[in-house]
Amino acid sequence: MSIDHPAPPPPSGPVPYDKPLALALLADMLRIRRLEEKAAELYGAGKIRGFLHLYIGEEAVGVGVLHALQPEDNIVATYREHAHALVRGMDMGVLMAEMFGKREGCARGRGGSMHLFDRTTRLFGGNAIVGGGLPLAVGLALAAKMSSEGSLPQGNLLSGAVGGAVKQRITACFFGDGAVAEGAFHEAMNLAALWQLPVLFCCENNLYAMGTALERYESQTDLCVKAASYNMPARSVDGMDVVAVHRAAEDAAAEVRSGAGPLFLELRTYRFRAHSMFDAELYREKAEIDEWKSCGPIHTYSGRLKAEGKLTEEEFLALDAAAGAEVARAVDFAEAGTWEPVADLLKDVHTAVGAAP
Amino acid sequence: MSRHLNYREALREALREALTVDPRVFLMGEDVGRYGGTYAVTKGLLDEFGPERVRDTPLSELGFTGAGIGAALGGLRPVVEVMTVNFSLLALDQIVNTAALYHYMSGGQFSVPLVIRMATGAGRQVGAQHSHSFEGWYAGLPGIKVLAPATIEDARHMLAPALADPDPVLIFEHTVLYNLEGELADDCTVDICSAKVRRPGGDASIITYGGSLQKSLQAAEILAGEGISAEVVDLRVLRPLDDATIMASVAKCRRAVVVDEGWRSVSIAAEVMARIVEQVFYELDAPVSRVCTEEVPMPYARHMEDAALPQAGKIVAAVKGLFA
Ligand SMILES: Cc1ncc(C[n+]2csc(CCOP(=O)(O)OP(=O)(O)O)c2C)c(N)n1
Ligand SMILES: [Mg+2]
Repeated sequence: MSIDHPAPPPPSGPVPYDKPLALALLADMLRIRRLEEKAAELYGAGKIRGFLHLYIGEEAVGVGVLHALQPEDNIVATYREHAHALVRGMDMGVLMAEMFGKREGCARGRGGSMHLFDRTTRLFGGNAIVGGGLPLAVGLALAAKMSSEGSLPQGNLLSGAVGGAVKQRITACFFGDGAVAEGAFHEAMNLAALWQLPVLFCCENNLYAMGTALERYESQTDLCVKAASYNMPARSVDGMDVVAVHRAAEDAAAEVRSGAGPLFLELRTYRFRAHSMFDAELYREKAEIDEWKSCGPIHTYSGRLKAEGKLTEEEFLALDAAAGAEVARAVDFAEAGTWEPVADLLKDVHTAVGAAP
Repeated sequence: MSRHLNYREALREALREALTVDPRVFLMGEDVGRYGGTYAVTKGLLDEFGPERVRDTPLSELGFTGAGIGAALGGLRPVVEVMTVNFSLLALDQIVNTAALYHYMSGGQFSVPLVIRMATGAGRQVGAQHSHSFEGWYAGLPGIKVLAPATIEDARHMLAPALADPDPVLIFEHTVLYNLEGELADDCTVDICSAKVRRPGGDASIITYGGSLQKSLQAAEILAGEGISAEVVDLRVLRPLDDATIMASVAKCRRAVVVDEGWRSVSIAAEVMARIVEQVFYELDAPVSRVCTEEVPMPYARHMEDAALPQAGKIVAAVKGLFA
């Protein structure tokens, strides 16, 4: 039987990193995988409710891009953003507590899985309106550009100087292939290119928007062509290969940071799990999923590291066990968490008087 | 001391002041720069402050409104201009699904100190796609504030507190007001939390806002000639509503008419009436009444547009009806 969306050949080739970085990338992919496997289980147990969108299969994208960014950069993500929050540095327990709806969660249980926010790591959501984060990213980049060029007061957390020296803060905006069909995508691409803003557009192209495959909803399926039409550089990357993603993102981030304007990365990937927990997956063949699994980002990468002698089986098992232990601690933390009192229901509709925005 | 100026000039002065005192403030919208603003409010500001701070945008209401939210999150103080409330519907998603709820949804971590200005209202024969009053829809949204300056004083002084507010503030400027002339006292200050009595009276409260304030004042004048002393309350702030001022007036006058240029169903008028019934029902000597726009798409022909809108004559009749 022929497959609608054949997988690329499994990633191969040398891993051009020293051991600490090589293992850090692997460790983060494992942390995401184990966290989300547990989240799916806890969903079944009724601990996590609402919508839950898993990133399983796409780990190389978030890990590769986020490891290429600086702490002062801004991140805008979608509802499929556990990986982004985690790799940016959100404590896994805090993340899990948010999914449980507990007060100890990053948004005090008001956001849930789709709305992770973290002021300290500059994660501006967790936006569950498809395409909704793109204009926001443009504005964040505009603020960063005007702050770095102008005479704006420095120092407050959100507009402050980047490490003292004038250095350009960039905004990485993650969105799915489905967002490309929204008007918000086109308006944001145009604005970012017109004003030469430091935005790194990261399209997580997993070939489906829920159950609708790319070629069933786009007249032009080459997404780079769309970006290029806005006069911005656009590159397509194998999103199953963490090395390819990381290298492409490092180059792209450096270009954007240098003031060359926005850049579009298409990260070609695949989601191994259902769209959310309410998806019977009637729209794709199991053979297609299996083929993509064979180039899964974790085992192909660890295989390459082993072949190069950068990783032993013991080390792999130790990383995996560490990820599992972190997940177990996160679950304990979330379980031990408390419920926000209903008396606080109306709190924070508006910013408290006297608080610095 | 006071001086004479019009509503448009008052708005422009407020913008100029904001741009002067706070380097984080910038203006952004369609034709705010080179063209001088659709209603000429921003005329001259491009030359004074340059294209970075008086920023012409493409026709992308969703895009630049969202960019305003992002810039506010990033530490700036954007003043976004949307040409008219009709076009703001293309930006509705960003206002409703992002600006209004980011503070709450992030557990209090992020605030969106954004100001959005837009023109609203009918009365200039510009037809059904340029004449509606949707401020009432926005006034239903938790997380934002909604202002309706109806006087020179408010046009001049509402912007500063709106910019100082840490959350999104929407300002609705009725198009027939841009040429309104008046005196502005040098020493006045305004807030963005209270309604104001614009004409004191004792027999009936006329509660209104925006483009209907002048019509309500005319009606009060006519009524005075007929021996009825009407008190005119200008809501000024459509969200949050200043219940105390409304209820004090209604409790004093014991009769009330609400005047609102929105369509009557599910309108500001409906909300104000509901609150009166909830809070001061036993003070009333007559059922609360209202004068709103007829429920039709705004017609173009002058006489038909006039017939659709609240007018002083209709307000007079409604007030008299309370004494029948
Ligand atoms: C504006 C809007 N329309 C529809 C939806 C419902 N919806 C949620 S996710 C999704 C698919 C989006 O696909 P894509 O952008 O490719 O992201 P992916 O889920 O594949 O990561 C849809 C239609 C939504 N959240 N927002
Ligand atoms: Mg997709």
